[in-house]
Amino acid sequence: MSRIETADVVVIGAGIIGAACAEALSASGLRVLVVDRGAPAGGTTAGGEGNVLLSDKAPGPELDLAVLSRRLWPELIEALRAELGDEAARVEWEPKGGLVVATDQDAVGPLAILAEAQREVGVEAVELTPDEARAMEPHLTEQVAGAVHYPGDAQLQPVLAATAMLAAVRARGGEVRGGAEAHGLVFDAWGKVAGVHVGRETIACDAVVNACGPWAGHFSVAVGAPIEVLPRRGMVLVTGPLPHVVGRKVYAADYVAAVASSNVDLQVSAVVESTATGTVLIGSSRQRVGFDEALQVEVLRRLARSAVKLFPVLAGVPVMRTYGGFRPYTPDHLPVIGEDPRFPGLWHASGHEGAGIGLAPATGRLLADLMCGRESEVDPLRFKVDRPAVIAEVRT
Amino acid sequence: MRRIVVIGAGPAGMAAASAAALHGVDVVLIDAGAKLGGQYHRQDALAPGDRFAPSVKLASRRYELPPNVEHVANAAVWAIEPVDGGHRAHLRVGPADGLDRRGRAVEARALVLATGAYDRALPFPGWDLPGVFTAGAAQALAKGQGVAVGDRVVVGGTGPFLLPVAASLIGAGARVVEVAEANAAVTGWLSKPAGALAGWSKSGELARYAGMLARHRVPYRSRTAVVEAHGSECVESVTVARLDALWNPVPGSERRVEADAVAVGFGFTPQLELALAARCRVEDGFVVVDAAQGTSAPGVFAAGELTGIGGADLAASEGAVAGAAAAKFVGAAVEPPLRAMARVRSGRRFAEALNAAYPVRPGWQGWLRDDTIVCRCEEVTRAALYRAVDERDVGAARSLKLVSGAGLGLCQGRVCGRNVAELADVDGTGFAKRPIASPIRLSELAEEEPVESPIDAEESGRALGVEY
Repeated sequence: MSRIETADVVVIGAGIIGAACAEALSASGLRVLVVDRGAPAGGTTAGGEGNVLLSDKAPGPELDLAVLSRRLWPELIEALRAELGDEAARVEWEPKGGLVVATDQDAVGPLAILAEAQREVGVEAVELTPDEARAMEPHLTEQVAGAVHYPGDAQLQPVLAATAMLAAVRARGGEVRGGAEAHGLVFDAWGKVAGVHVGRETIACDAVVNACGPWAGHFSVAVGAPIEVLPRRGMVLVTGPLPHVVGRKVYAADYVAAVASSNVDLQVSAVVESTATGTVLIGSSRQRVGFDEALQVEVLRRLARSAVKLFPVLAGVPVMRTYGGFRPYTPDHLPVIGEDPRFPGLWHASGHEGAGIGLAPATGRLLADLMCGRESEVDPLRFKVDRPAVIAEVRT
Repeated sequence: MRRIVVIGAGPAGMAAASAAALHGVDVVLIDAGAKLGGQYHRQDALAPGDRFAPSVKLASRRYELPPNVEHVANAAVWAIEPVDGGHRAHLRVGPADGLDRRGRAVEARALVLATGAYDRALPFPGWDLPGVFTAGAAQALAKGQGVAVGDRVVVGGTGPFLLPVAASLIGAGARVVEVAEANAAVTGWLSKPAGALAGWSKSGELARYAGMLARHRVPYRSRTAVVEAHGSECVESVTVARLDALWNPVPGSERRVEADAVAVGFGFTPQLELALAARCRVEDGFVVVDAAQGTSAPGVFAAGELTGIGGADLAASEGAVAGAAAAKFVGAAVEPPLRAMARVRSGRRFAEALNAAYPVRPGWQGWLRDDTIVCRCEEVTRAALYRAVDERDVGAARSLKLVSGAGLGLCQGRVCGRNVAELADVDGTGFAKRPIASPIRLSELAEEEPVESPIDAEESGRALGVEY
């Protein structure tokens, strides 16, 4: 692979969002360099569960993006398979569906209201009786008060997905460079981005995409264009391989509230699912502790309790490992996708919090459409950079 | 109350516990084994009593423990959690895999990690057949249970450790067919008393083992390795080959040797997960320590094989230094243990010379074939690993595990981590990060454990370093 010295676009961050942006841009014929100060797909992407969810989003711009993304994922996987071959495009895609479970009567009503609203915007959401839910997931607790089945929910393995998209970028003449830190922009006489400093090199380019995930705020400050993207920590437990226990992505109804909350304190709600290798993943936690990576046993304890509450059969199962990461959080819980009005040529694609895996292809598509001047399928205005929650003061 | 926690009750941990306790500090000594002593002083698990049990007699014998040491046996430390002013160790006490392990959480301002090392196995075609053991496992079975792993055993690998392993096997009734040392012969050093090993306390012990092998007419061959094991259901024979200086097999030197078991050991891998959880700095695979055995994490000391492979004597000396430093850290009046510190310095010199003489050289990678399993838990072959490296181009352990599957299984990379890291040319420390240090059932994890002797907030406010 030759080292490229100039590019049309330099994408900063080789996680799932950077990979998806680079994939969409290179599919539009642009020459893309992806740089990452660490290893590709080694940050937030490696700490994710691989959620491709419609169920946890209320109608609104994020759900619109999620619906588009859910349609794009299988198309993209098919296209990558044709381009790269089966093995290099393997992402463990599982359109397994999701089951949201209310374990107390109080939660049944709000769950039904959400499902009704989602159905109105075209999401398939089937309300189930407790018996129907238990017929679908036989190991589910007997405490089920109500449930909603979302056949559209899916799962994939995020590191495989990101690396497959990056492989496509390379196959199209682009480059992916790990261990390379971008630390400053170069502007032309008109104040437009003309290049980026990467390590000791300066790469000439027409556009730079800030896809640094939870570090997008840091990067934006470093290049003088601050946006409000903060880290929110999450942990996942992984059991040893098991015979079939959980068929779908099963989660407690309070998950939806936790996803949408801005609370600084620890929030835990059960998300339980099997992976292709037979292990069971147990999430999810949300906590605003900055970039503190120290283990907190209390978080693991509450994850374990919430999982056993949904699936009592898991009580005797050994937990083999835990992993975690930082999700990119914006104060209004919407991703930031678009050009920075302060610095033409600087683009941001971050702030997806825990939904980045699911929202990646639509994010890449939207960014590429905007950059290439094409009509986009979702309304870009709600994700724009110059909104009060993201930048306090904008001069255009 | 002055109290420290020591994790690991081998030579380093026992010496640390003893040193701290003799300075009037209460010690909680936690170990996975049923009895004290660790791997090196492995006691017969079936015999009654524990020859190292804490007693009121003051330490007349070297490893005797004072009464203010609480020995917590059969305990798995599954997490180390940083808390204000110190660390909290989370443990489950009871037989491994038992259903009624009891949970405990112990806090202390000072922590001595003496978690030791386990022996390293290199993969080769057939290494996943029943009958292939690590040298350490073969020795543990022989010493702890009196069981020989086979009738005709080939011992292979590198380093002086192969000699006691062969001797233990003979002691347990096996016929050791051959000892294959991949580097230069240990016995060559032993025959030159004025050489590099002069003055090393182990040389006498090694000479005894060498004598035992000679009496039993066991061939000991240098620059030789087991490069393949054959058999349908279990090991029936092995291929032994001569190696060149880089450990590439010399073409035409292969011999088939009949054997029903193989014991292989290629040096040792330190048990790093708790040190990493306590955020100790690790360099070149070992915990970095200062002259007081202090790590980069305040209040955390490390001793023994964690800091470098050096054997039981060096481990015990480091333990004595670490225990004294930990006692000082929690406020005991401690004079610098100058003699132990001097023993550590000289011990490290010998250890460095030994480690330099018995490295693992890169030619082993050529013993593998495409279909040779490199990660046994997840059954990842060399071909699959290389394909993941080439196609996914991830460049670091964390994502390499996720794209290849290697290191994701039940052993969590303990067996394959270093080998996979070398094959893929990435830093291996990432394979040793295991925030959950040993498997724990969800119901156990869900349980609240009472925290014993929580750290006093005022006490923890005092900044105390240990400087000699």
